[in-house]
Amino acid sequence: MPKQLPLPEHLIDLLAAQIKPHLAPECALVGIHTGGVWIMDALAERLGPDLSRGVLDIAFYRDDFSRIGLHPETKPSHLPFDVEDRNILLIDDVLFTGRTIRAAMNLLFDYGRPATIKLAVLVDRGGRELPVCADYVGLKLDLAADEHISLEKNESEGLHFVMKRKS
Amino acid sequence: MSANNLQLTDDGRLRHLLTLDGLPARILTQILDTAASFLTVSDAERDVKKVPLLRGKAIFNIFFENSTRTRTTFEIAAKRLSADVVNLNINASSQSKGETLLDTIANLSAMQADMFIVRHAAAGAGHLIARHVAPHIHIINAGDGRCSHPTQGLLDMYTLRHFKGPFHNLRVAIVGDVLHSRVARSQIHALTTLGCPEVRVVAPKTLLPRDVENLGVHVFHKMAEGIKDVDAVLMLRLQNERMRGSRLPSAGEYYKHWGLTPDKLKLAKPDAIVMHPGPMNRGVEIDSAVADGMQSVILSQVTFGIAVRMAVMSILAGN
Repeated sequence: MPKQLPLPEHLIDLLAAQIKPHLAPECALVGIHTGGVWIMDALAERLGPDLSRGVLDIAFYRDDFSRIGLHPETKPSHLPFDVEDRNILLIDDVLFTGRTIRAAMNLLFDYGRPATIKLAVLVDRGGRELPVCADYVGLKLDLAADEHISLEKNESEGLHFVMKRKS
Repeated sequence: MSANNLQLTDDGRLRHLLTLDGLPARILTQILDTAASFLTVSDAERDVKKVPLLRGKAIFNIFFENSTRTRTTFEIAAKRLSADVVNLNINASSQSKGETLLDTIANLSAMQADMFIVRHAAAGAGHLIARHVAPHIHIINAGDGRCSHPTQGLLDMYTLRHFKGPFHNLRVAIVGDVLHSRVARSQIHALTTLGCPEVRVVAPKTLLPRDVENLGVHVFHKMAEGIKDVDAVLMLRLQNERMRGSRLPSAGEYYKHWGLTPDKLKLAKPDAIVMHPGPMNRGVEIDSAVADGMQSVILSQVTFGIAVRMAVMSILAGN
């Protein structure tokens, strides 16, 4: 387990610097609830507050519904733009198995056929179970299967990482 | 609570939805919150107005009593969840219900059903079925006798919350034929559980159950007093088909005293909403000017009803 993690705000700066030169015209930012939406809003401050923004909740597209049931807290998805032929930048906080991204892409395609989808993540922690690869990565880690990293937010600390070892 | 023993799992999750009586507020709130997310599935921006959640599940709509709206909204809800839906309208004879009902269910279970949505004239039909089905099968009560109609109660709560905000600030009047109404019972249970401080029932004595006060409501026998300063008027349908003998002089007489007219509605708060579970008897319990008026949210109830039923089905299927 890494002893010291960089500050999320610093990683968002790095991510924005990577994305900026390649930002497609008419690009729409799409954040995945909940951490992805925080990152999206922070990126929008750096990339251009006028960019179209949408939010996705992938609860209705998860592949583990039959095993664990419906997530107890779902949030509405909202894409206030036409997905058809759009360049989409999909944004999440932590990339792990790739299953969330698979679900998010299926959800996006139910809104329309995007021109392109690029993926930006704050942290790629390794452990992929599907052929998913991020285009922009703030921090790359190689965590063991029982190690868990999450992004959290509260008033006193703002955005911060929480590391846990699952027994 | 025998109903809750049936409808909740050992760890307190919803397994069947039979009644709102005794269902904890956290489950009611979870259903309402989830419904808000499902409402976006029918967004105009979406090319595909369905989600893959219940793909491969078989849902049987079994209606022993006539219904168009409820059955249709359950069907649409199931289809928006990608389930396979089978509709069965069974005109049950009033005799030998117990056996016939369970035989029907056993046969349908053998066809690999995952969920039954049941409407029946006999109170407790859903409970009876729930006691006899295999553990992986879920039951939703779509109306049993005068007893309960939980998804209607839930969609009414969704509508109230959507237009009027938190329940703890609300004064609500349920008006009309409470005696025959399973909708009223479900509304009363949900409102009291969700913390509504003042639930009124407004009806003539002949259309009130004797023990209605035990449900924690304030009883009014005059319409003008009952709807004064309320935030919402929940009208009930006059259920002529359930009445034996004469509890009422005539439809015209009923309208005169208990019909919601624009003039009577003025007694409620100026921003009060008007709800009705449908189908409406225009000119009997509600005036057309009110039903089609600015304060009516009757068609929103129908739209929200689909999202609420999607929420109930998917929560059950996952538990």
